[in-house]
Amino acid sequence: MANFKEISPNAPLGDKFMNWVDNRFPATKLYKEHLSEYYAPKNFNFWYFFGSLSLLVLVIQIVTGIFLVMHYKPEASMAFASVEYIMRDVPWGWLIRYMHSTGASAFFIVVYLHMFRGLMYGSYRQPRELVWIFGCTIFLCLMAEAFMGYLLPWGQMSYWGAQVIVNLFSAVPFIGPDLALLIRGDYVVGDATLNRFFSFHVIAVPLVLVGLVAAHIIALHEVGSNNPDGVEIKDHKDANGIPLDGIPFHPYYSVHDVMGVGVFLMIFTAIIFFAPELGGYFLEYNNFIPADPLKTPNHIAPVWYFTPYYSMLRAITGEMVNVLILIVLGAAAFVFAKTKLSTVLKGAVVVAAVLVSIMMYSIDAKFWGVVVMGGAVVILFFLPWLDHCEVKSIRYKPEWHKIMYAIFVVNFVVLAYLGVQPPSHVGERISQVGTLFYFGFFLLMPWWSKLGQTKAVPDRVVFHAH
Amino acid sequence: MSDKAIDSSKRTWLIATSCAGAVGTVATAIPFASSIQPSERAKAAGASVEVDIASLKPGEKITVEWRGKPVWIIKRTPEQIAALATDEGDLADPKSERKPSELTPEYARNQGRSIKPELFVAVGICTHLGCSPSDKFAPGAQPSLPDSWPGGFLCPCHGSTFDMAGRVFKNKPAPDNLEIPPHMYLSETKLLIGEDKKA
Repeated sequence: MANFKEISPNAPLGDKFMNWVDNRFPATKLYKEHLSEYYAPKNFNFWYFFGSLSLLVLVIQIVTGIFLVMHYKPEASMAFASVEYIMRDVPWGWLIRYMHSTGASAFFIVVYLHMFRGLMYGSYRQPRELVWIFGCTIFLCLMAEAFMGYLLPWGQMSYWGAQVIVNLFSAVPFIGPDLALLIRGDYVVGDATLNRFFSFHVIAVPLVLVGLVAAHIIALHEVGSNNPDGVEIKDHKDANGIPLDGIPFHPYYSVHDVMGVGVFLMIFTAIIFFAPELGGYFLEYNNFIPADPLKTPNHIAPVWYFTPYYSMLRAITGEMVNVLILIVLGAAAFVFAKTKLSTVLKGAVVVAAVLVSIMMYSIDAKFWGVVVMGGAVVILFFLPWLDHCEVKSIRYKPEWHKIMYAIFVVNFVVLAYLGVQPPSHVGERISQVGTLFYFGFFLLMPWWSKLGQTKAVPDRVVFHAH
Repeated sequence: MSDKAIDSSKRTWLIATSCAGAVGTVATAIPFASSIQPSERAKAAGASVEVDIASLKPGEKITVEWRGKPVWIIKRTPEQIAALATDEGDLADPKSERKPSELTPEYARNQGRSIKPELFVAVGICTHLGCSPSDKFAPGAQPSLPDSWPGGFLCPCHGSTFDMAGRVFKNKPAPDNLEIPPHMYLSETKLLIGEDKKA
C-alpha cells in the first residue's frame, strides 16, 4: 500500500517503466528481497549447490513433461506404443524423453544430497523448522510424482510396480480393500488407473509441488540461510543492518550456482547421451516389455530411489513384528522402571504399549510393513524436535556423532542395494538390522544427541578467502 | 473492535451461513469423490469366460484372462496329486479354512481345492501384494526353494510359495491360499470360469 511514487520526467525510459510497474506490482521489491538484497552467509560450501540444482531439475522436468504430453497417449492399449513412438518417430523425442527419465533420477540424487546437507549442518533447527517441514512435504510429493509417472510408459515394471504398491493400501485394516479399489478405479490396475495417475502426474501433484517450493523458499528467505558452521549471521550486523558475514545472493551466489549448474549439466548430459538407462537403474530393462497383466517378471524391484524404503517394507516379516513387539514392551518397561513420570502417566504408557502390542500381534505383518515404510519418511518431519544437541553443525558436534552419521549413510546405501536384489534370507536379516538402526537413529536421537563433549562454536562464520 | 458490543444476531447469521456453505461444499465434493470409484463399465466387465480344455495334457498349464486377472487351468499329474497329501504339515492353511467364502468355493474345499482331482483352476495372483507367481512344478532342491520342495508356485516379488493346489506355505509373506474363482464344467472338455451352478 505504498503511496504512488512520482519520477522525474527526465528520467531514462527504463526507470520510468520500472516506476510504472512498481506502482502496480512489487517487482523491484521482490527482486531485492529475494535476490539482490537477500544476504546469504559467505561460507557456503559444495553442499549448498543442491538447493538451486533441485530447482533446475524441477524446471527441466516441467518443460520436458509439457512436450512429452503432446505425444503421449494415456490409454492402456496405446500408452506403451506412444512412448516408443516418441522414442523413434517424434523428431528429437528420444532426447526429451531421456531428459525426463534421467531427470527423475537426478531429482532424487540432488534432493537426497540437499537433505543430507540439512542433516549435517542442523539446518532444520530453530528457527528453520518450517523450511524443513515444507522440504519434507516436497520430498513426499516427489515420491508420489515419481511413482505415478513410472506407471505411464505401461511397461512390465510400471504395471507390476503399481500393482504391488496399490495392493499395499489394501493391507490397511477394515477400509483397505475399498481404498485400493478407489485408487485403482477398477478391480485390477488398468486403463482407469493409468488415466488417473496421468492426471495426478501432470497436473495435481506438480501444482502442489510448485506451491510447496514457493513456500519453502519464502520461509527460507524469512529466516535466512543456515551455513556449515551453524551460527546465525544475523547476530552480527553492520550499521545498515546488513549481516557482516552475509553477501547478496545476486550476484555472488547466482554466479556461484551457475558454475554448479555447469558441472551438473555435464554429468546430466553425459548420462542422457551415453547411458540413459544407467545399467538398468534409471530405466529398468523389464520396462521395455509392454505391460502383461497375466505374467509377472521374474524379478521386480522399484527404481533405485525407492529401494531403501522398499527394503524396510520387505524387512517386516512375522518374526520381525514379534521383535518390534518386544521392543515396544521393553521401552514401556524402561519408562515404568527408570523415569520420574507420575504413576498415572507411567500407567498410560504401559497400557498404550500393551494395546499397540496386541494390535501388532493381531494385524497382518503386511500392514506393519506399510506402516514402517511410511513411517521412515514421516519421521523426517519430526527431526527439528528430535535433535537435542547443543550445537547445530556437525563441525562442532562430538567426534562420535560423525561416526553415527557415517553409519546412517552406509546403512541407507545398504538398504538401497538390498532393495534392488531378489529376496534372500541373508538380505532379509541385514535389512531388518538396517531398519532397526534407521528408526533407532531418529527415535533415540533425543538421548544420544545430548551425549558427548561438543566443541566451541565460533562467534562468526569460518571463512578463508580464495 | 474490542470496545464495541457484540452484535449477536450478526454472529448467528455468520454461523448459519458458514454452516450452509460447509454443507454445500461437502455436497459438491461428493460427485468428485464418487467419480473415482470403478465405473459402471468396469463393474460390468466381469463376464464369465468359456475355455476349451480338450487339448490340455497332464502337467500342462494354460492361462486365461478373467476380470483382467490371470486364471490358471492346470492338469495335474498323478505324482503331483499324490504330493498334495504329503506336504500338509508345512502349509499355513491346508484345509482352506481361512476366508472360505472369498477364496474357496464350497465345491473346492478339499485336498486338491478343485472339482476334479486332476484339474486345478485358480486365480494366479499372489495373496500378498498381487504379483503373479511363477511355475515351479519340478520337485526337489532349486534356487529360492527348500530342498524338500514338492512342486508348486513361487512368487517372484516377495518369495511366497504355494503347492500344486495353491495352498500357501507357512512363514511366508502371503497370508492366504490362492483364490479359486467360481467355475463349472459345461461338458467334459468345456470349462466356464466366473459362474457356478448355484447362480
